[in-house]
Amino acid sequence: MEKRQFRDYTISLYHQGFLDDQFTELKKLQDECSPDFVAEVVSLFFEDCEKLISNMARALDQTGNVDYKLVGSSVHQLKGSSSSVGAKRVKGLCVTLKECCDSQNYEGCVRCLQQVDIEYKSLKGKLQDLFNLEQQIVQAGGRIPQVDI
Amino acid sequence: MNGSGGSCSSLMEVAYDDDHHHGHHDDELHVLAVDDNLIDRKLVEKLLKISSCKVTTAENGIRALEYLGLGDQNQHIDALTNNVMKVNLIITDYCMPGMTGFELLKKVKESSNLKEVPVVIVSSENIPTRVNKCLASGAQMFMQKPLKLADVEKLKCHLMNCRS
Repeated sequence: MEKRQFRDYTISLYHQGFLDDQFTELKKLQDECSPDFVAEVVSLFFEDCEKLISNMARALDQTGNVDYKLVGSSVHQLKGSSSSVGAKRVKGLCVTLKECCDSQNYEGCVRCLQQVDIEYKSLKGKLQDLFNLEQQIVQAGGRIPQVDI
Repeated sequence: MNGSGGSCSSLMEVAYDDDHHHGHHDDELHVLAVDDNLIDRKLVEKLLKISSCKVTTAENGIRALEYLGLGDQNQHIDALTNNVMKVNLIITDYCMPGMTGFELLKKVKESSNLKEVPVVIVSSENIPTRVNKCLASGAQMFMQKPLKLADVEKLKCHLMNCRS
């Protein structure tokens, strides 16, 4: 039952565009030597999100004196990280945010940053659910099914 | 440092992560991977280890040059260079604050000791002028980020063939 749930949930995350095939690549790197590799990397990513979003929010708070260079370099970092872990929607929003930043579109930046914040938190919740499903399978003595997208 | 759990001299501990657990076999590629992004460093390290490479990571160009024995301060620290196991390949991100991957490439190619070491540039942006500039300055390959296992396998084959 959990295996079916796990499979369906995984597929839905890809189909709804939360994850892309880079996440699949990440899973290939998980082995007996590093059985928690995906969880570790994903956790680092969410820490990155929190830190970089906070930096950008602070910069945007300085109305009239926004350091767009800082915002730009932060979003560049976040775009890179999200791309590397397969966080497709977050990455897409970063692209938009970068465009707003490059054209110094203040309203656009603020709006977009809010969306990035919402999106990464949403993904965080979903991946937590996914990891929980994995745990349930493992604890019941089963093996995590290979899901072909 | 955490992660691979290597025990390094205090000089190296802060700047880069070196894997001392396994002996360096002659046929094993020793790769120096340079990237300012922690997640990308972690990924490239794992990709390379799974592909049976020995990996050292550096978080910027200056650290990378110091490791290679090319740092300004280390010009005469021969002991350090001798202790460092020979690097067979440098993989570097293009976009890095301070010294870019391109600038690192040029420094390596300008060095009589290291100019034979292949340098691969990785970037999230596949801009033709950027690619051409890197290749023209001696980069072995220009690859798109994020790297996949298949990319590393391809790269290894390419390099092993060049070596033999």
